[in-house]
Amino acid sequence: MTDGASFGSAGTMPGSGAPPLLRMTGIKKSFPGVLAVDGVDFTVGVGEIHALLGENGAGKSTLLKILAGAQPPDEGRIELSGETIELESPLDAQARGIVTIYQEFNLIPTLTVAENVFIGREPLRWGLVDWARMRRETRGITERVGLDLNPDRLVADLSVAEQQMVEIAKALAVSSKLIVMDEPTSALAESEVARLLQICRDLQAQGIGIVFVSHRLDEVKALCDRLTVLRDGKLVGSADVADVSIDDIIKMMVGREVDRLFQRRATHRIGEPALRVEGLSAEGDPRDPSATRLYDVSLSVARGEIVGLAGLVGAGRTELARAIFGADPIIRGRVSVDGQAVDLRSPAGAIEAGIGLVPEDRKQQALFLALAVRLNLSIAALGKLTSRFGFVDEQAETVMVDEYQRRLNIKMASPLVEVGNLSGGNQQKVVLARWLALQPKVLIVDEPTRGIDVAAKAEVHQLLFELAEAGIAILAISSELSEIVTLSDRILTMREGRLTGDVPIEEASEERLMQLMTMGAPDRVRVHA
Amino acid sequence: MLEQTGQGAPKASDLDLFGLLARFAPLIFLLVLMAVFAILEPRFLSPLNLFNVMRQVSIFGLLAIGMTFVILTRGIDLSVGSLIALTGLVAAAVAKGGFESRFAVGTAAEAAGYGWPLALAAAILVGMGCGFLQGLAITKLKVPPFVVTLGGMSAFRGAALLFAGGGPVSGFDEGYRWWGQGYVGQVPVPVIIFAVAAIVAWVVLRYTRFGRNVYAVGGNPEAARLSGLNVDRITLSVYVIIGCMAGLGGFVLSARLNSAEAVAGMTYELTVIAGVVIGGTSLFGGVGTIFGTVIGTMLIGVLLNGLVLNNVSSYVQQIIIGVIIVLAVAFDTFAKSRRKRA
Repeated sequence: MTDGASFGSAGTMPGSGAPPLLRMTGIKKSFPGVLAVDGVDFTVGVGEIHALLGENGAGKSTLLKILAGAQPPDEGRIELSGETIELESPLDAQARGIVTIYQEFNLIPTLTVAENVFIGREPLRWGLVDWARMRRETRGITERVGLDLNPDRLVADLSVAEQQMVEIAKALAVSSKLIVMDEPTSALAESEVARLLQICRDLQAQGIGIVFVSHRLDEVKALCDRLTVLRDGKLVGSADVADVSIDDIIKMMVGREVDRLFQRRATHRIGEPALRVEGLSAEGDPRDPSATRLYDVSLSVARGEIVGLAGLVGAGRTELARAIFGADPIIRGRVSVDGQAVDLRSPAGAIEAGIGLVPEDRKQQALFLALAVRLNLSIAALGKLTSRFGFVDEQAETVMVDEYQRRLNIKMASPLVEVGNLSGGNQQKVVLARWLALQPKVLIVDEPTRGIDVAAKAEVHQLLFELAEAGIAILAISSELSEIVTLSDRILTMREGRLTGDVPIEEASEERLMQLMTMGAPDRVRVHA
Repeated sequence: MLEQTGQGAPKASDLDLFGLLARFAPLIFLLVLMAVFAILEPRFLSPLNLFNVMRQVSIFGLLAIGMTFVILTRGIDLSVGSLIALTGLVAAAVAKGGFESRFAVGTAAEAAGYGWPLALAAAILVGMGCGFLQGLAITKLKVPPFVVTLGGMSAFRGAALLFAGGGPVSGFDEGYRWWGQGYVGQVPVPVIIFAVAAIVAWVVLRYTRFGRNVYAVGGNPEAARLSGLNVDRITLSVYVIIGCMAGLGGFVLSARLNSAEAVAGMTYELTVIAGVVIGGTSLFGGVGTIFGTVIGTMLIGVLLNGLVLNNVSSYVQQIIIGVIIVLAVAFDTFAKSRRKRA
């Protein structure tokens, strides 16, 4: 593909064909303590759709940021149509025709489609915005890729798929040569995906190169010409998509036996079912337009058991955790703890029933960053520490905080420092301690080690093992398959809001799980309860 | 209290002088201001003048205490000025023996009234009821506090005008007037009321579960909900609290003036919010103290009094207050960004 059809035309080096649209060679980028990208080569031809693949933490995002001009590489060369360039800033990258469409759109919801497409570059006439021309040109651009989008509609009123179309129109308005799409299909429904793939093919026909980042290997197979796989910051290889099977791709992505970095507990006794979820359907967080809908999810977690929940971005893992915890409204279904139905109208009901949730985003959803560690730790358990007149028994509170500081080895100057001043690992321990103080029967942990260092990660894993040992039922969510495999006694996989598999740890391999997460039959799978 | 200012103890290794300065900035500024006025005009420091300042401040102070609860939850209440007029009129009418006889004067009329205890209770109940309604609109109808209380500001003023029916309601018995004009020893009664209210509010915010919850809801409403707190109920409560303080304030103000009128308390909401903000409470919620509010409110009172004693025109006074509000918040933001970087 890199040797385009234009060989022999004037001005190209004899024997090499036309230069590729983009060639990145020997790209290196390190952050304090991590070599995020280590000598990666990446080439995209004119009119080529190129898949960039890899597990979480493989270095995809860093490479994308370099390509978007958001971060300069430490080493390496970037050539655009044969010319060596340096990308000074996102604006510079855009001016050179490289446009990145992120998962989180960069749109202003209160403005119209046309205004968003031309933002910062509004056509002027006598110094005033030329509305007629702006509408006309917006329509022209959208029609070019077969979109039907009224330029006067407010972006806030558009669906997620339509907003994505606006992003693509924006990219076309600056006459892009290369469009980078980061997980473009993760928030789309099946029919919308088909439309997006068609648009990608139309763009390709116009000679635009596309970098397509996706976890959904079936889409990659259907759409892309070539693929490049990264693992642990290094290039695994590139290949023509037609030459490899999905199994090959998964092998390239996983590529190793699971690192037994952390010690699994030797023995575990699993007891009666503690958490039971039956036929749960929900819309997800009403404030989050990209929330995944849950369809008829049933599962159970026994006392002392750690059940891992694996799935790709948009599979609905977090939505499931929040629905069980009463954080989002549900459509139907039942959750019970030790046979007692849980009141799902608010988290208070779930907490009352003995469920704790360590949410995905520690800073946004769990911590009161500007407040003291002590308040953060005791907030959920204060009921037990409060006298009849509403006074907090601060002596008992101090004893409790001290106890959990010791047990979880929380490093802090004093319980009165702002929790925002602690390291990520210690912050996470405070959140865990908040629930332990309530002596829960069920603990749901969503990305329990995201953004914390390796030592703290091992401590958190050890703690979860101890809690399971003490009889707590644990449902663990992680984007890192290796973490799921390390922690779990049993692994459930999800895809597009449905459970697709229930795998005992003895039978779990990363290949098998990846298969269930990417390809798993979307129809309902019976999960033993 | 320091725990919940959100300004944790500095690490022993680097004693943060700047941080310490920032924490006590309002107090330091107040003392400097008092020293300057004392030099310019020795009369300023006389006990008579100081208690006079405190008495003027005490009505603002009562409202500012309630406002602290509201702002701590990321809210705002613009209706307090109007509410103080309405509750003052309610108290006055009850003291006069009811709506029909509210304009009656003379000892006979005083004897026919229901007395100050009922007047006080009525003012507080009406204040709490109005706060409850506003809290309900904020939590159930999901209308932002700014809008709800802007509506309240207009509606309560209108109700007060309707209720007053034109004239002030004046002339109360001695028992009633004592709450505004009386002294215990040398200390004016409104100052004592303010001090007691401040101590109660401090204890509630510092030592009760409810107080913790107020900080939590303002600090991160989503985290509060996911920690099992009833965010709506806590939010509603703070509007009832400020309504209660407005009722108490309306009663004391009418007692001090020996008169209640519909135009009382105009623009009080701005002075009160200014005091709370100058005292270090963050408009973004979750950070602030009663101590700061008391200092911030006194600062405004001292400033106004000192400027009057030095014959500064009231127009210039308003300009100075405006500039100080902006500078106080700018300083706070600056101190915070410094702390973040540290």
